[in-house]
Amino acid sequence: MTKTNFTKEHFVKSVLTIFALSSLLFLFLIFIFILFEGLPLFHKIGLKNIILGFKWAPTKGSFGIFPMIVSSFLVTFGALVVGAPMGLSCAIYLSEYSGKKMKMFLKPALELLAGIPSVVYGFLGVVYIVPFVRNYFGGSGFSLLSASIILGVMILPTIISISFDAITSVPRTYREGSFAMGATKWQTVYKVVIPSAKSGILASFILGMGRAIGETMAVIMVAGNALKIPTSILDPLRTLTSNIALELAYATGDHRLGLFSTGVVLLVIIMILNYIANFGMKKKVMK
Amino acid sequence: MSKIIGLFFLILSTILLSSCNDNSTGVTHGKKHTITIAGSTSVMPFIEKLSEHFMVDRPMFRINVQGGGSTAGIMACLNKTIEIGMSSRQLKQGEKVLNSITICYDGISVIVHPENPIRELTLKQIRGIFSGKIKNWKELGWIDRKIDAITREEGSGTRGSFEDLIMKSEEIYDGIMVQDSNGSVREIVATDPYAIAYISLGLVDDRVRSLSIDGVSASLVNIRAKKYKFVRPFLFVTNGPPNKIVQTYIDFILSVDGQNIFKKEGLIGI
Repeated sequence: MTKTNFTKEHFVKSVLTIFALSSLLFLFLIFIFILFEGLPLFHKIGLKNIILGFKWAPTKGSFGIFPMIVSSFLVTFGALVVGAPMGLSCAIYLSEYSGKKMKMFLKPALELLAGIPSVVYGFLGVVYIVPFVRNYFGGSGFSLLSASIILGVMILPTIISISFDAITSVPRTYREGSFAMGATKWQTVYKVVIPSAKSGILASFILGMGRAIGETMAVIMVAGNALKIPTSILDPLRTLTSNIALELAYATGDHRLGLFSTGVVLLVIIMILNYIANFGMKKKVMK
Repeated sequence: MSKIIGLFFLILSTILLSSCNDNSTGVTHGKKHTITIAGSTSVMPFIEKLSEHFMVDRPMFRINVQGGGSTAGIMACLNKTIEIGMSSRQLKQGEKVLNSITICYDGISVIVHPENPIRELTLKQIRGIFSGKIKNWKELGWIDRKIDAITREEGSGTRGSFEDLIMKSEEIYDGIMVQDSNGSVREIVATDPYAIAYISLGLVDDRVRSLSIDGVSASLVNIRAKKYKFVRPFLFVTNGPPNKIVQTYIDFILSVDGQNIFKKEGLIGI
C-alpha cells in the first residue's frame, strides 16, 4: 500500500516538474528563436545603424529603429503620467479609506478592467478618444496623446493591484504609532505608509511600463504609426511593437529579419524593466 | 490588424489541411473539391464575392478565401500550402518561379473626406503632400489646417503600386500616418475631414470622395480610355501549372460572367 502511494506521489511530482520545466523551455525557445532570427541583421547592418539609425525603409536597405525606441518610451511615459496618479490614488483609497463593502465591489471591477481585450480598448479609442483629441486639441487625433490616454487606462489594473499589495503589507504598528503621535489619517498615509511602501509602488509603475511598452493592438489603432519622432503630443508615432505587427504580413527577406531585430531590442528593454521591478520588490521583502 | 488575424487563420488552415490530406493540391474532401486561396487584402473582398457566385452554381466546389497580404499569399503558394495566391503587386526576383495570371486591373484612387471642397489635384501636388513638402491645406487653396495624410505600411502591394505609379523617384515622408489595410485607411478618411490617402479604386464608397488627378477623374470610363494612368494588375499565382479543379475556377474568373462581377465591383476587366 505504502509502495503504490509512493509511486503515485512520485508520478504526480514528476509530471508537475515536467510541466513546470516546459514553461521554462518555452521561454528558452522563444529566446533562441528571436535571437537566431534577429541577430544576423545586426551583424550585417551593424548594431549602431539599427539602434541609432533614424531611417526605417527596410525594402530600401535602411533599418534604423531609433525613432521607434524613442516613441515607445514616450508612449510609456505618457501612459504613466495618465495612469500612475490614478492608479496610486485608487490603491490608497482601497487599502486605507474604503469600507469592506466598497472593497468587495471595487476589487472585482478592477479585475474586469484587466480582462478587457486590448482590441476593445483600441476600438473605443478610435471611436471616441481620437475624434475628441482631433476636435478639441487639433491634429489628426491619431497621436501620442490618444495613445497615452488609452495605455494609461490599460495599465491601471497592474499599478493598482501591485501598489495595493505593497501598501497593505505595511505593518499595522506603523500606522498605530503614527496615530498615537496625533497624526491625522492623511498625514499617516502621506508620511508613513507611502514611504514604507515606496519600493513596491515603484515596482508597480515599472511593471505598468512593461505592460505599456509591450502593448500592440490598441497602440496600432490610435497612434497613427508615423515613422518620425513626434515633436508634439499631437503628432502620430510608431512603437517597436506596432512596427512588428504592422509590417509582419508583407515582409520578406531582410525586411523580415529587420522585424526580428526590432523584437530583439524590445526583448532587451522588457528584460531590463522586469529586472528593475524585481529588484525593487526584493528590497521590499528584505525590509 | 485584419492581416494578422488573416495570417493566423492561414497558418491554422495550413496545419488543418496538411494534417487531413495526403495530396496537397486540388484537395478532395469526400465528394467536395476544396480550393484554398490566400493573399492580398486588396484582392480578397472581390474574390470572396466571385467565389460565392462560383459555388452557387457548383455545389461540388468549396473555395476558402483568406487574407494575409500579397507576400504571405505568395510565400504560402511557394510552400504549396495553398492552391492559389492573390497578389496586388508584381512578382519579385525569386518569386518568378510561380505561374502568374492577371485576373483584372485596379485603379489607385486618391481620396479625401466628402466635406473637403477640393475636387482635383495635380500629380505634382499629390507628390508634394506624400513627400512632406506640402503640409497645410492652405497651400492647396483651402483652410489653414494641417493635412492629415495617410499611407500604407512598407511592403504593402498598394503602397508599392502607389510608389511606382505616382511617387516615382520621390520618397514617402516619414511623418505621415501609416495604416495596415485599405479598410482602416478608408475608415480614417471617412471620419477625419482633413485627411487624404490612397486606396484601391474598387473600395471607394460614398463615405469618401475620390479626387481627379491632373484633371482626369478616377472612373472606369477614363481607365478604359487609358486616360487615368494609375492602374495596377491583380494577379493569381499558382505553383506550377494549375490542376483540373483549380483550372475550372480560374476559367470561371476569366470568363465573361466572372469579369462582369469584377466590373460591377468597380474593377477593370482584362
